[in-house]
Amino acid sequence: MKVLIIGSGPILIGQAAEFDYAGTQACRALREEGIETVLVNSNPATIMTDPGVADVTYIEPLTVEVLERVIERERPDGLLATLGGQTGLNLAVALAEAGILERYGVRMLGTPLRAIQQAEDREAFKQLLIEIGEPVPESTTAHSVEEALAFARRTGYPLVVRPAYTLGGTGGGFAKDDEELRTVSARGIAASPIGQVLIERSLVGWKELEYEVMRDAGDTCITICNMENIDPMGVHTGDSIVVAPSQTLTDKEYQQLRSAALRIIRALGIEGGCNVQFALHPDRAPSADPDAKVPYYVIEVNPRVSRSSALASKATGYPIARVAAKIAIGKRLHEIPNAVTKRTTAAFEPALDYVVVKIPRWPFDKFHGADRRLGTQMKATGEVMAIDRTFEAAFLKALRSLEVKGQGLLWESPAWDQVRDPEAFVERYLAPVATDDRLWRVFAALRRGATVDAIHARTHMDRWFLRKLAFVVRFAAEELQGKTPTPALLRRAKRLGYADSDIATLMGILTADVRGLRAQWGIRPVYKMVDTCAAEFEAVTPYFYSTYEQENEALPLDGPKAIVLGSGPIRIGQGIEFDCCCVQSTLALRDQGVASIMVNSNPETVSTDFDSSARLYFEPLDEESVASIIENEGGGLRVLTQFGGQTALNLADRIEALGGIVAGTSADAIGLAEDRRRFHEFATALGIPQPPGGTADSLGEALTIAQEIGYPVLVRPSYVLGGRGMEIAYGPEDLERYFGHALDAGTGRVLVDKYLRGREVEVDAVSDGTDTLVAGVMEHIERAGVHSGDSFAVYPAANLLPEERDEIVHLTQRIAQALPVRGLLNIQFIVEQGDRVGGSASRVFCLEVNPRASRTVPFLTKVTGVPLVRLATAISLGSTLRAEGFAPGLWPTRGLVALKAPVFSMAKLLDVDTYLGPEMKSTGEVMGIDHSFAPALWKSLVAAGLAPAPSGSVLVTVADKDKDEVSRIIEGLHWLGYDIVATRGTAALCRSLGVPVREIPKLADGDDAIIRLIRSGTCAAVVNTPTLGKDVDRDGFLIRRAAVEARVPCLTSLDTALAVVTALRASAVSYSVAPLSEYRAAEAVAAAE
Amino acid sequence: MLVEWQLHLYSSETYSYAPMSRAAVLGLEDGSAWWGEAFGDSTTASGEVVFNTAMTGYQEVCSDASYNGQVVVMTYPLIGNYGVFDRAAESRVPWIEALVVRELNATCREGTGELDTYLRTHGIPGISGVDTRALVRRLRSRGTIRGALVQVPPHLAHDPEAAAEAVAKARTATPLQSRPLVAESTGPVRQYGSGPKIALLDTGVKENQIRCLTERGAQVRVFPATAGARDVLSWAPDGIVVSNGPGDPAAIPQIAQSVKTMLDASLQRGATRPLPILGICLGHQLIGRAIGASTSRLPFGHHGSNHPVQDTRSGRVAVTSQNHEFQVDEASIPESSGFVVSARNLNDGSVEGLRHRTLPIRTYQYHPEGAPGPRDNEPAFDDFLRDVRDAVARR
Repeated sequence: MKVLIIGSGPILIGQAAEFDYAGTQACRALREEGIETVLVNSNPATIMTDPGVADVTYIEPLTVEVLERVIERERPDGLLATLGGQTGLNLAVALAEAGILERYGVRMLGTPLRAIQQAEDREAFKQLLIEIGEPVPESTTAHSVEEALAFARRTGYPLVVRPAYTLGGTGGGFAKDDEELRTVSARGIAASPIGQVLIERSLVGWKELEYEVMRDAGDTCITICNMENIDPMGVHTGDSIVVAPSQTLTDKEYQQLRSAALRIIRALGIEGGCNVQFALHPDRAPSADPDAKVPYYVIEVNPRVSRSSALASKATGYPIARVAAKIAIGKRLHEIPNAVTKRTTAAFEPALDYVVVKIPRWPFDKFHGADRRLGTQMKATGEVMAIDRTFEAAFLKALRSLEVKGQGLLWESPAWDQVRDPEAFVERYLAPVATDDRLWRVFAALRRGATVDAIHARTHMDRWFLRKLAFVVRFAAEELQGKTPTPALLRRAKRLGYADSDIATLMGILTADVRGLRAQWGIRPVYKMVDTCAAEFEAVTPYFYSTYEQENEALPLDGPKAIVLGSGPIRIGQGIEFDCCCVQSTLALRDQGVASIMVNSNPETVSTDFDSSARLYFEPLDEESVASIIENEGGGLRVLTQFGGQTALNLADRIEALGGIVAGTSADAIGLAEDRRRFHEFATALGIPQPPGGTADSLGEALTIAQEIGYPVLVRPSYVLGGRGMEIAYGPEDLERYFGHALDAGTGRVLVDKYLRGREVEVDAVSDGTDTLVAGVMEHIERAGVHSGDSFAVYPAANLLPEERDEIVHLTQRIAQALPVRGLLNIQFIVEQGDRVGGSASRVFCLEVNPRASRTVPFLTKVTGVPLVRLATAISLGSTLRAEGFAPGLWPTRGLVALKAPVFSMAKLLDVDTYLGPEMKSTGEVMGIDHSFAPALWKSLVAAGLAPAPSGSVLVTVADKDKDEVSRIIEGLHWLGYDIVATRGTAALCRSLGVPVREIPKLADGDDAIIRLIRSGTCAAVVNTPTLGKDVDRDGFLIRRAAVEARVPCLTSLDTALAVVTALRASAVSYSVAPLSEYRAAEAVAAAE
Repeated sequence: MLVEWQLHLYSSETYSYAPMSRAAVLGLEDGSAWWGEAFGDSTTASGEVVFNTAMTGYQEVCSDASYNGQVVVMTYPLIGNYGVFDRAAESRVPWIEALVVRELNATCREGTGELDTYLRTHGIPGISGVDTRALVRRLRSRGTIRGALVQVPPHLAHDPEAAAEAVAKARTATPLQSRPLVAESTGPVRQYGSGPKIALLDTGVKENQIRCLTERGAQVRVFPATAGARDVLSWAPDGIVVSNGPGDPAAIPQIAQSVKTMLDASLQRGATRPLPILGICLGHQLIGRAIGASTSRLPFGHHGSNHPVQDTRSGRVAVTSQNHEFQVDEASIPESSGFVVSARNLNDGSVEGLRHRTLPIRTYQYHPEGAPGPRDNEPAFDDFLRDVRDAVARR
């Protein structure tokens, strides 16, 4: 039997690493059953696309056309649709509806198509729920205030009103009586382009609960886990702080909702996993309902594995995706062994003997101007989870896991400082609409003495949670603040979950002192197992969490072992790529006979699957927990810090002090590469060219440097992650503004470098300090100034001269030797191309050296087949490149071209400007691979959702500085048959080129024709470049936002635009659809250059 | 052994610590002592120590008479969150000997009382702050053992003498078999609802069984366990329920005898004038013994809301609520009895239900009434009452 599995594609807000976890488990589960698996995914930075996970792996765009070709070629017997997120589900439905599955005799496995359609179609689903007697929120559409009032008479208040067809829901609102409804509905009808409003019962403030349920074809139904959102109805569950299991529900209520969830999964006929969300009346006294029936509504049902099921999986230890895959091929729950206990089966409901808290991680540290209000649109990029035996401890541990710099329990916004009065604070800062920092606002309110009731009235958070938080604040203020540590006090504080650093701050001592006292008094955590059964049965899972109790279940592992530090929550700049590297490293350790110990706090990932490593510590990635884990494992442990992104790397220089040994590149060499000033001296001594520049501690110094080297200059803090706080300054005023607000993003010191306009090139290499293997040289399509993570990268670099390429390899080897690097190395170069006619040679400048896994490692590993992480792991443990069977130098290219394209989640984040710049904005990536450049580029555009529609108009409106360059693009678009629409200046340019153009008024002229064009559905693409610097570019901003929201490809870099034109020209040419291995097997065509 | 300093209870009004008023130690007969903070009543207590894995429903557990004679350890660490209220009481009083928790919480729900107060009112002590997971791991590996809870003033916390006293008390605690547990638990004659007449033998009944029957349109008359079979049969019931209850079915021969008499009456009446019987938990075990099967002790019992039970005919698995120490031994069921095993526990294969081949007599080792636990198995009451109505219709 052969089964096709559809992955979920790139990481987007709302569809993240959890589907790598799900797909990987599914592939493994099916292979165990002797089933041949065929996997299609466009995302190379995934474990599921690694060799050995599926039998055949396609890294191709996820479109119906591509999938049909895969099906035609592979002829699978079945299709597994419910493990690839909404993307996978939608594609499966599209394949079925297009008759493709029938044509090729492919059976939909697991949940039948009908059930999926019924759950996905809002009306059909509502009808089904009504038929089986499950309550759904009453709703209607109204075209007049009278209709709205009539509905209100039937259902009562409160109601929520949303205008139809307006983006961002502008013009809607809540109504709690007739008068409000009149106002709100009149406003909404006016705001809607079709004069219609959707009116629904408002459940804001109701408890929000989720149940993860499973059903097999024999109709056995079980609940894996229930979860309670601390942020009640009104905030998307992905943006809510969530606790598992529910804390405030009586058994009657728990069972009432559990029964409802099972009725729904039965009625739908789901075979696999399903997530059901409920709203439960918040204020019913349990004794007031003699029949114990509390009013509730069914809010949503996901007939597939979801983010919540990934969380439930990690929260319980029950491998939902794995079991769902087995159910899909017809297994019954009782026929599937429980991998945790090895003795029982999958047909049981996990019992937790701990508390799990999830806190979302939002990207607002990157997007300063973004709308930070939370509502029904999810905005978080990732999440952290923590486990402990009490709510307080789990909660505080989750806070530590967030890794938001300086934003611990005690953090307060400077803006709140002036308001000390509790009532005034609650009134002013606890708005009824939640924001991402609401949690800290609640803490601040409690610190000021606000009552639980006052906070409850504003936030509707259940009093149980608020009392717990109040207690945390109160204990800190009364028992810890300014107190002298005693054994009893310290033990209490640790049992409650306070971080060493918080205790230190409160007591006015050093964190190291707290750790020292703990060691002296024997106050150390023990580790308990997540075993799905509350210790009822003996279990074999190596899955642990820390707590301050009596018995330690995690005795030190025997034999050689090493820690792999994970990468924590997914955020912009630190995505799934690093998790992929961590998992590859644990597998490499296993192959070396070394037990791998994984430390991570992210429930969405493959790395936190308990079978990914020899032992998993689900813990924050901070000094405190790493120190405790090293101690628990007996000390002197090797720690691999180069795979977990900046999170792990930041711990490198502390590892020795914590009792471990940094395996691989030394902490000193890492520090040298990370500290720009030190690195500058190092590079200068080695004679490695760097862009002219310097480090500045003040604006005055920065201005002097800029004066010397000439504008534009690139400014950034000396320690950077994902280009945070990086900008291009075109003049002194830009520099002044930069110093004005961006200094706090770094460590204080700012780098000022000449902004070079050459080709940006990047290499990933692995070195043992003597020999260095360069896996590949990639060239960015966008010029320097666009963050490398947001650039299209081409492998192999297409426009480099052989001597330029050789120079890059040579420089890489010299840097690797001199640092020295033992493990991975990523270097970014700028190549200023010489003038052959003029006789000047090209110059290669070294921009940045990262002695760690980079975001392109998984991509390059997939494309070249060089096992970068495996080699780096082996070298870190003492092996050499040659001993591993690899020769130094540049890995030869094959007959393939691959592009890494960035993918953005801008539609989810209101008020964020989408233009590309030095700050990274993308959330994910896709790969386009083929035998030549054009089809590879085309596929990467399709996969990234940047491919323009084949016909229609293209809006071109560019800054004056770009007018020269845009000519080729305009001509190309015209040649392709697009109608060019442009504003005045660009239109004049078109006419001078002899290209017919439709001129459109500027927004600034008070006409929104541009916005209407973008939303019209006839606009194939927008080419828009921001005006110089970062001054207010309101027109551009509105145009770019309109494009994002209308899902029209918006190209803000002319380099990308030109590439798109090139790809479009080639798109008529056919592209390949082939397994990854086939591309790699292709003979190298005559030298790419 | 390592002793742990405890977190104190805190008041829900001030969200602050109150000083510990009483310390407590749970001694086990294996010699281990588990210190914590006392709550509930200030008495000492002893009994068999068992653990329950249900994450909700602590009040239902406390008030389930099947726990009479037992000290209950809740594996879920936070207990008390939603308070106590009448509807969650499965009996007129809580029956556990003592409650062991990791953390006792104040209630967050309007109109509920505190668990602490509930237990104190009924003279039941508790201990919080215990590493309950470590305790459960010990109980799991040693099997069910006896324990005793002893309380001391706070300054004597971790006092070895108090610990030794608790251990000594554990070792001398009256074994379950030697206590009249069922007689203690059973209540007076009561009657509810209207409809077909159901006689329920109260060997420690959970109120939800009665509710499940009356909700389905039955008249239920509750007979004390001490009632003779003649009392029950002379009421001319249309169906008989033998309820759950505490202890070892082999230790209550008189009650077993009256169950046997009732069963024989049903068997004698046969298919022409059927008398449906439903046995739950202890009732299932008593019927098992009545047909000649033996009963025995499980290593550490089944207590929780998540036990998978497989129907032997359909293969379907039900998630069940369970609370028992003893089982009917499958091998001992006489072939001639006319009974077959209708369900087995998926984890250990133990008997979870019996069914007569031709007559409407069904028994369940688990609790079809849930409370706490899933309501998935309430159809057992539908089946029973269908049998009863059929029987009535046939007359």
